[in-house]
Formats: sequence, structure tokens, C-alpha cells
Amino acid sequence: MKCVNWGLLRLSELVTLTVNGNKYTAEKGQYILQVARAHGIKIPSLCNLDAVEPYGACRLCIVEITRGTRKRIVTSCLFPVEEGLVVETDSPRVVGNRKMLLDLLLARCSENKVIKQLAAEYGIEKSSFEKEYWTKENCIVCGLCARVCEQVVGVSAISLVNRGITKGPASPYLESAKACIGCGSCYYACPTGAIKMEDKKGYRYIYNWKIKYRLQKCKVCGIEWAPEKQLEYIRKKWDLPKGFFDVCPNCR
Amino acid sequence: MKDAVTAIIKKYGNDKSQLVSILQDIQSEYNYLPRTALDKVSKKMGIPQSQVFALATFFRAFSLKERGKHIVNVCLGTACHVRGGELILDSLQRQLGVNPGGTTADHNFTLESVNCMGCCATGPVVKIGDEYFGHMTNDKVEPMLNKYR
Repeated sequence: MKCVNWGLLRLSELVTLTVNGNKYTAEKGQYILQVARAHGIKIPSLCNLDAVEPYGACRLCIVEITRGTRKRIVTSCLFPVEEGLVVETDSPRVVGNRKMLLDLLLARCSENKVIKQLAAEYGIEKSSFEKEYWTKENCIVCGLCARVCEQVVGVSAISLVNRGITKGPASPYLESAKACIGCGSCYYACPTGAIKMEDKKGYRYIYNWKIKYRLQKCKVCGIEWAPEKQLEYIRKKWDLPKGFFDVCPNCR
Repeated sequence: MKDAVTAIIKKYGNDKSQLVSILQDIQSEYNYLPRTALDKVSKKMGIPQSQVFALATFFRAFSLKERGKHIVNVCLGTACHVRGGELILDSLQRQLGVNPGGTTADHNFTLESVNCMGCCATGPVVKIGDEYFGHMTNDKVEPMLNKYR
């Protein structure tokens, strides 16, 4: 599925759905999560970001839908709305499942602030799994970093490699990511702060992808404001003159 | 090497959706996926290096490490497991002197375990190259290996 600009779909078919007992109108093709959030209904999620295609990795956005006499749990970020759909965002079954998910995530990310806080909101202070299985991992393998790198930045410098319990985001051959431009989009997109980035002494480091890029110094104020490689990438992409980024946006 | 990879890509008409088949063909050519070949695929087909690498690491059938001439696959699937597949693996490990995933010093054998080869009726099964050995016992391990020595 391609990324759709919702603004262009104004004339599309409208459907009516019920969320937590209230009726809402939505455009066909929208996802439950989108519609719910647009109306201020809270559904937790970690791997969802407006800028990229929904992926359904964290599964925290699960809701219960009723079609006819059947009830089902679905990930709301990936489930398109339809006429007459009945959605419950906090039914006992949803809350129970969500608690289990958070319990599992908390066992994996036992010291992660975001996960701990989310779990606490559902009354989980400590993972119920035995302590020997706890890890101090920060990454929940939602792949948001890789998706942003591909769909927003367009360089695909990183990807999810391996499979099963060894799966995780990484640079090709686990070496320094050649295609990385050092923009840090992965760092900003990561919902759990698993990516370590730092600007230090004229260089940008993204430790996860083993990169170290020189930062561009503004010729006027001397501030180091972005990696040279990123600016060069933008300059080429937009066909801007050489030296266009010599001065930082504040001094321009 | 260069021509083989180019020919394989050509065979599939530069079709990105055929990447798995292309990697399979490369692997049957070299017995593993050499890095130079992967980089070539990425460059020629315009697929980001990261995505080729993701695919190559996703499937267990692909190997990024150089492998021996003969690949010894020991089945540890449910049926073979209950019939003693582990014992056969043990025996092979001892005779070849390598752990699963390892290659013998003479580059003749690579020992690997798999989780089902779809011929459970003949378990425990060992596969060397394209040849299947069913109803394996420890006694049969050495004669089997000798065929390839």
C-alpha cells in the first residue's frame, strides 16, 4: 500500500462507525487508529508514526471490533474503517491483552522509561515473568527507525536483520552504515529511545549504526548545525548551489 | 565471479521481486553468499544494501559465511527429533570435529541443522548436497561421510 495523502481523498466515500458507543463519520480507507485519534480517543501505540505506513509491530493499539455477532481483536493502526463497524478501545478483553503485551515488553525492556511508564498506566509495576528472563533491552523491534529511513529520508541505510529472537535493526554487515546521512531521523522516531546519538566535538555519532560524521560549521556564528553528509544529500536532492548551506538557518 | 552474478540477475530480468531466487542461485553457484556478490546485486538492481542484507540474514538457508564443498544438513524437526536426530548430529559433530554452522578445516564439509525437510517418514534424516539419507543410525554416519571424502 502506498502512502496516501488524505487531503486528496475528500470526495471519497464516507462511512459511519461506532467507537466506544459514539458514532463517528470517517473516510473510507482511513484506519481505526487515525479516526480515533482525530476524535481524541486515546489508544496507546509505540510503532505508529503519521509519516510512515502503519506496520502493526508493537500491537499495543489493539481494539475489539464487532461485526455481526463476531468479536475480534485487531490492530487499529492497520485496520481500515468500514460501514457499521463497532469498535471498543478499552473492553476488558482489550485491556487484558494489552496488559499481557506490556508485561512481555516490560520483561524485555525492564529499565526503559517509556515502557515502564506505559506499563504503570495499566497498573503493571513489575513484569510478572521470572526475573531471569528480564533483559535491559531498549529496542522493541518495531522497525520504525528502518521504516523512517526508507520512507521519509529515502536512503534505506538500515534495516531489520536476522529473524526470531535475534532480529533487530542494524546497518548492513553490522558495519558502519555507508548509506547513512547522519540526519538522526531514526533517533527522533524511535519510540523507546533505543538509538544512541550524540553531537560531540564537531562530529555526529550514531552509535547503533557505527557512524561518525563531521558537522557543518556555520560561517557566521560558528555553530555546528548539521552533518555535512546530510546537507550534501539535501543540496544534491534539491539541486541547490554549492555553498548553500555554509550559513545556518538562524544567520541566513 | 562477476559474470556469474550478472548472468543470474539477467536471467530474472532485473526483477526486484525475484531477489530471493537470485540469492538462491548465487548461493548454489558459490555455496554461500559472498559479500562482493551481494554488493553487486544491490548496485545492479538498485536495491539498498540494507535490504539485501536483511533478506540474506532472514532466511536460514542463506549463508554469509564461506561454506564447505558438501553441506551436511541434519534434521532436528519434531519427527526426526523423537527418533534421535540429536544423536546423529552428535555423532556428526564428533566425526567432523565441528559444531553446527562450522566448516571442516579442509573445506570439504559444513555441518548444519535444519528444522524439517518434509520427509519425516524416513527420519532421522541427513542430507548431504542433494542426496537424502533416511533412517539414519550412528553406524551409518561414517560410511555416509566416506562417500564424500
